[in-house]
Order: sequence, then structure tokens, then C-alpha cells
Amino acid sequence: MEKVAIIGVGQTKYERDKKETFAELVFEATSKALEDAGISKDDVDNIVSVSSDFWDGRTISSMAISDASNAYGKDITTVEGDGTFGVLYGMMRILSGSFGVTIVCAHHKGTESNMRGITNCAFDPLVERKLGIDAISSAALQARRYMNRYGVHEEQLALVSVKNHKNAMRNPLALLPMDISVEDVMNSRKIADPLKLLDCSPVTDGACTLVLAAEREAKRLSTSKKRVWLKGTGHCSDAFRLGDRDLSDTRALKDAAKRAYTMAGISDPRKEIAVAEVYDAFSHMELMWLEGLGFCEDGAAGEQMERGVFNSDGKLPVNPSGGRLSSHPVQVAGLAAMAECALQLRGEAEDRQLEDPQTALVHGINGMCGQSHCVWILGK
Amino acid sequence: MPDWTQEVEVLIDEGRISVPYSWTVGTTLSRFYCELRDNGKIWANRCPECGTVFVPPKIKCINCYQDLHDWVELPGTGTVETFTVVRYEEPAIHPRKAPFVYGIIKMDGADTGMLHFIDEIEPEKVKAGMRVEAVLEDERDGNILDIKHFRPLKPGSGG
Repeated sequence: MEKVAIIGVGQTKYERDKKETFAELVFEATSKALEDAGISKDDVDNIVSVSSDFWDGRTISSMAISDASNAYGKDITTVEGDGTFGVLYGMMRILSGSFGVTIVCAHHKGTESNMRGITNCAFDPLVERKLGIDAISSAALQARRYMNRYGVHEEQLALVSVKNHKNAMRNPLALLPMDISVEDVMNSRKIADPLKLLDCSPVTDGACTLVLAAEREAKRLSTSKKRVWLKGTGHCSDAFRLGDRDLSDTRALKDAAKRAYTMAGISDPRKEIAVAEVYDAFSHMELMWLEGLGFCEDGAAGEQMERGVFNSDGKLPVNPSGGRLSSHPVQVAGLAAMAECALQLRGEAEDRQLEDPQTALVHGINGMCGQSHCVWILGK
Repeated sequence: MPDWTQEVEVLIDEGRISVPYSWTVGTTLSRFYCELRDNGKIWANRCPECGTVFVPPKIKCINCYQDLHDWVELPGTGTVETFTVVRYEEPAIHPRKAPFVYGIIKMDGADTGMLHFIDEIEPEKVKAGMRVEAVLEDERDGNILDIKHFRPLKPGSGG
């Protein structure tokens, strides 16, 4: 298979109540990505936008940011999800042979709307939606089921929040850099038991753009230092209805991870992955997804977290960016995770740079409680 | 030259989108809701291939992709698989005031869980594994809220 590389990365700062419009955010991130790649807008021939009409409050939401994303006179299409799925489509477009250098851009201004109302609309209007369930209360049902099944403690969930907020202190783009303790998390306001305020990610505004190119173009347009290769990917979805799943089960992620590892030629992820960005919208999810990705046995991530395995100085640093718990620009979140791992592999992650990582893993989701998973393996 | 972008008063425009929809409920869920509304019964459907019983009923088995024409009546009792006490108010979507309890209930006679409210018990006393029964509304409209909530099953009444 022909290789595809990320050759440019651009991000806004992730904040609440950003005063820029959607288009201004996309313009900022895309300009930075083109500058980072060292290419001109004319080197790009198509754009994959990641957006959600409900979050944006407008239909065909990619059209509104087409000029800002450099789509004027070019092709633009849209993918929902958290950006990891947008990269998947961007790569497919390049590999089809029909497209050249591809921009994948995501934007999100969740603080302009009502997260609970919007995520409630993800549920079946004929069944669960009328009950008022949303992203937080469904995640809480999952957290409880996971904790009960494996005997995981609330303090172990809290450790995820402590770690990720601490990591964010070295990320100038993150919304909530904080030096907090397990006690702080445990004493934070109860939201939906067992989840407390500091177990939940803050909905955040921002934009992120990646520039993708096939091997020949990547080598023509950029230096080896800037190139990060998409080495493997896998994608799998579980049942839509919460009650049709065991919410503590990670079968879809296990399948997605297996496909990604196979494509990337990874036989032992515990040894071969140097850094991972994992979808921690809620603290328990990081534990569950680390297990689903095969970094530890089912139910064991809490103990590993206690031992510091996933800290920045641990065996496998997880969410060095601070993760979604420190800033959660929903539609952008997975793309921001891709950007973080690209920067880590390039050795450009500034104060949070890990020691010469060679292979990184990015995990993104779509749907409630991780219905669908997208796993990426990136390499130098 | 001063940076005008730092000095400009950025305006906020308040908006609201309100769009009506008339969603068809489809044959499968219509049968479920009609039984609930007219007869006060909870029905499920079963996969002819793997035997999985779905409630609320589904059009096709998620495992086998088979049509589910085999209907079974459920007793209306079940076991709490997981639950949460919701502490925040969100009048835009919540049909009741916080704190209230959501549970996923594994219905007796079914293999899937049903999301609903758990009530008639202090939220702090709800436990996973607890036996519950459905409480129906007296006036029913043919939707999921025809089930008012689930409540703890009294000892000796089938629990």
C-alpha cells in the first residue's frame, strides 16, 4: 500500500467562549498548518471538514467554513466524529488516486450551545431521547457498570483526571492545566454518580488542521523532520442502543485496535507503542480504552494507573497533551490528539516532549459511550 | 499600529433553532407501544437464529441480521444492571427534576437492557443487581413514557 504522511499541523488555543467565529478558527488552524508544512494553498487540492450540523447550529456546516479551509475552487466534503474519522477519509481519498494533498480540518464551538441538549439528540427520538439521557448521564451508567464488573474504585478514576490535568500544565493550548489531587477530584461536585465534575471533560472551543500527502508528494513538498507516517488504522462500531451492549465491554475497540496493529505490523503494543492519546471524555473511559487497546488486561488499568505506568515518566505515557479532560473540543478532539502525537514524533512537543518516541497511537470515538472507535498508529 | 482586533467589541447574537418533525414509529415499535398503551403489557421480540430477546423490540437482530417476527410478552420485572443518580438540572431535556435515577434494567425474559427511571426509592439506596418492576402511567399515549418508572420489587412478589 502507498504510504500517506501528515506533513503539517495547525491548532488554535483551546478555550471557552472563544470570540472568533467558526470560520475564523478554521482559518487560523489551516493557515498555521500550511505554514507548518511549508506549502502554499495551491499545493492542496481537496478538503475534508469535520463538523456537526447540530453543534454548529447550521445545516451543511462544512459549506460555511469552505473559504476559511482553503476550499474555494477546490473539493470539500464532510465527516462527522472527532477528527480521527476525518483523517481516515482523507487517507482514503489520497489512496484512491483521485486526490492529491489533502487538508483535514475540524472546528468546534460547543460553548456557544447546550451540550446536554445536543447530545440528547444523539439518542433514538422514539425510545431513549424522551427520557432526557445525554452524554454525561449515559457515561455515568457506563462508569458504574465498568466499576462494578471489575471492582474498580472511584479513586482510580480520579487518578486519570489528576494525571491529565497535570500533563496539561505543559501544554500552552490546553484549557484546564491544574495541579490537583485525588482528594480534589473526589470532593468535586457530584454530576451523575459515580462521575464528579473533575471526572468530566469541559466542552471547549477550537480548531485543528492536518495536511496529508501521499509518499511521493510528501517527499517532494516537505522535509523528513516534518513527516509523520500513517502506519495503520482500524475502525469498528458496536450496537447503537445502550441496552443492547454491555457498557463495560470494549469489543469494538479491541477489533479496531487489532486491525490497526495488523496493518502497522505491531505484534506487541505494550512494547512497541511509545506514546498514546486516548479518548478520555470521562475519566473511566481512559481506563476502559487502555484495556481495549491491549495495554493491560481487562479491569487492570486502574491498578496500572496507581503504579504510574501511564504518567509522562511512566512506561507508556498516555495523553501527554492533557487529554480531553483538560480541553474537549468535541469534533476537534481526535484531530488534536493526532496533532499531539505528530508533534511528539517530530520532537516538537516543547516542554512536554517525551524521549524520542518512534511509534504513537491515537484513539478516537464517535457515538455515545464509545459506540464507534477509530485507532491510528503513527510512526516516524 | 495598535491591534484593532484586541480593541473591537465582539458582539453576541442570541439565536434558537426550532424545527418540527413527525417521526413515523415504524411497525415494530408501533406494535410495542400499542400493546403498552392499550393493554399495559411489555412485549419483546426474539431472533429465530440466536434466540436473543430484544426489549424494546428491534427490527433486526444485531448479531444475525434476521427479521424478528417472534413476539414474547414479558412479566414487567427485571434486575438493575447499572444506574446513575443525575444531580444536574436540564429542563430542556429532562422530563423530571434532579436528583433522579436512570437505570439500565435487564428485563426478565429478555437479553437486552432497557433504559428508564428508577423511582419510589431514595436515590442513595439504589443498587446494581436490585430487583425492580415497571410502573405504568394510568393515561398512556403510546411512547416510552407510558412506563412511568421502575420501582423496587416488594419481597415475595416474584423477586
